[in-house]
Amino acid sequence: MTMENIFGFSISPSSTVNLDNVDLTLFNRLHELEPDAWKCMSCGSCTATCPAGNFSGMSLRKVLHALQRGKEKDAVKMLRCCMLCGKCSMVCPRGINTRHLILSICKLYKED
Amino acid sequence: MKDNIVIVGGGIAGMEAARQLLKLGYNPIIVEKSDRLGGHVAQWHCLFPDMTPAKDVVSSLIEATGRANIFLNTEISFMNRLKDSYNIMLTNGVSVIAKVVLVTTGFSVFDAGKKEEYGYGVYDQVMTNSDLEHWFNDGNDDRIDGSEMNAIGFVHCVGSRDEKARNPQCSKVCCITAVKQAIEIKKRFPDAMVYCFYMDLRMFGKKYEDFYIAAQRDYGVRFIRGRVSEVSENIEGKVIVKAEDTLAGKPVKVTLDLLVLMAGMVCNPDCSTLAGMVSLQTDSDGFFKSRDNIADITSSSRDGIYYAGACTGPKTVPETLAEARSAALEIHSYINRL
Ligand SMILES: Cc1cc2nc3c(=O)[nH]c(=O)nc-3n(C[C@H](O)[C@H](O)[C@H](O)COP(=O)(O)OP(=O)(O)OC[C@H]3O[C@@H](n4cnc5c(N)ncnc54)[C@H](O)[C@@H]3O)c2cc1C
Ligand code: SF4
Ligand code: SF4
Ligand code: SF4
Repeated sequence: MTMENIFGFSISPSSTVNLDNVDLTLFNRLHELEPDAWKCMSCGSCTATCPAGNFSGMSLRKVLHALQRGKEKDAVKMLRCCMLCGKCSMVCPRGINTRHLILSICKLYKED
Repeated sequence: MKDNIVIVGGGIAGMEAARQLLKLGYNPIIVEKSDRLGGHVAQWHCLFPDMTPAKDVVSSLIEATGRANIFLNTEISFMNRLKDSYNIMLTNGVSVIAKVVLVTTGFSVFDAGKKEEYGYGVYDQVMTNSDLEHWFNDGNDDRIDGSEMNAIGFVHCVGSRDEKARNPQCSKVCCITAVKQAIEIKKRFPDAMVYCFYMDLRMFGKKYEDFYIAAQRDYGVRFIRGRVSEVSENIEGKVIVKAEDTLAGKPVKVTLDLLVLMAGMVCNPDCSTLAGMVSLQTDSDGFFKSRDNIADITSSSRDGIYYAGACTGPKTVPETLAEARSAALEIHSYINRL
């Protein structure tokens, strides 16, 4: 599997993120549960410190970004590699309870 | 008789205000906690954006305030409000009645040792932005002198924009300071790789963007967008830095001969002590709270107490000097209204 596939970005025009069509219904529901869901500043600390990241490509930063852009499938696929160890919570400079956030994402998004 | 004005803090803000107040015919009394004037700027080497020697700025201010009363190694022991003035007792036993107190107590540099994951004080080859300024000035630091300099890294936002360090605010000057220091390091070690690890680059001031472009194009400083998450040390004593290169979407690892932590500007802990004496307000960031952050930055909520410089938040040198002049003028019109 290539990086492009996981990430959902490639050079082909069809992969354009069309903000006009992004459906954020689920993400807004997540935001109600987890007010910090929009607080991420994409610093990458969580990813750099994630024990699953080096092998599986798991990146919480990418997961949050993908969800915010309506790329739910990519996000959910990546999250399967998370071991819920909570290391990311210890480093997040925005003080996000990332482990709790991940649990809420898993609950909300697994339905579809 | 000339009116007394007590200035708490003899950094550049206090001195510039004293200079203006002397010209306006007042009797400024500078109360400085340390054993010298100039505050933090007296410890820096050259100032962005024009690389003006910091010592020139400080020595011309010292010269211009020669006629002011200056107490070194002195603090305020207490202060209370009289009818339209303040009664101030200094730690050297002197007591002063003054219509106005100008607070210019500046900031503190974040204690980088608190971010344990960056290894300051633990690993040999980790220093701070302040340490590097000292080295530029006196050329004396084992971390640089004793090692070969092939790769050097700068970590932005150390203790700033960081809720774990209880400082969510941006320190404003450290991005441009990192660019300044990276260029200076490149001038001294032209063959070394120099990296800046940043989250956002805040190049807000006049000529800052030019500085950034020069760092990229003329000096080959490499900017990596990702916050350093961990630092470790290998058996040769070199520092290993881990981050995510967020633009590539991949973890990065690099081995460095020197790591420089851009420790932020945080509130001077004396803020709360002084605030307690005459019930001044401090802001959520711990700095003094101005009466209004747009229209009235140099006024406190109390009559006769004014602020200038970095005691209300991170400021550059020109901003600090401009505020000191503005505070002097505000003080002048306040006294004329009494
Ligand atoms: C690493 C670094 C590099 C920088 N480089 C630049 C640069 O190149 N260009 C630029 O424009 N800006 C630079 N700055 C910002 C610059 O340092 C500040 O703008 C400046 O120091 C603010 O001056 P100040 O007088 O308000 O505060 P300070 O410099 O903090 O001075 C405050 C003074 O008050 C005294 N004091 C404190 N508490 C008390 C008390 N309770 N009683 C009596 N006295 C007290 C202190 O001893 C000190 O002398 C840099 C900052 C950092 C951290
Ligand atoms: S909780 Fe999941 S995302 Fe966070 S560090 Fe552990 S494995 Fe990585
Ligand atoms: S550490 Fe926090 S702010 Fe940084 S990318 Fe991860 S979730 Fe976002
Ligand atoms: S000025 Fe730059 S390095 Fe300093 S806190 Fe702000 S973003 Fe971070």
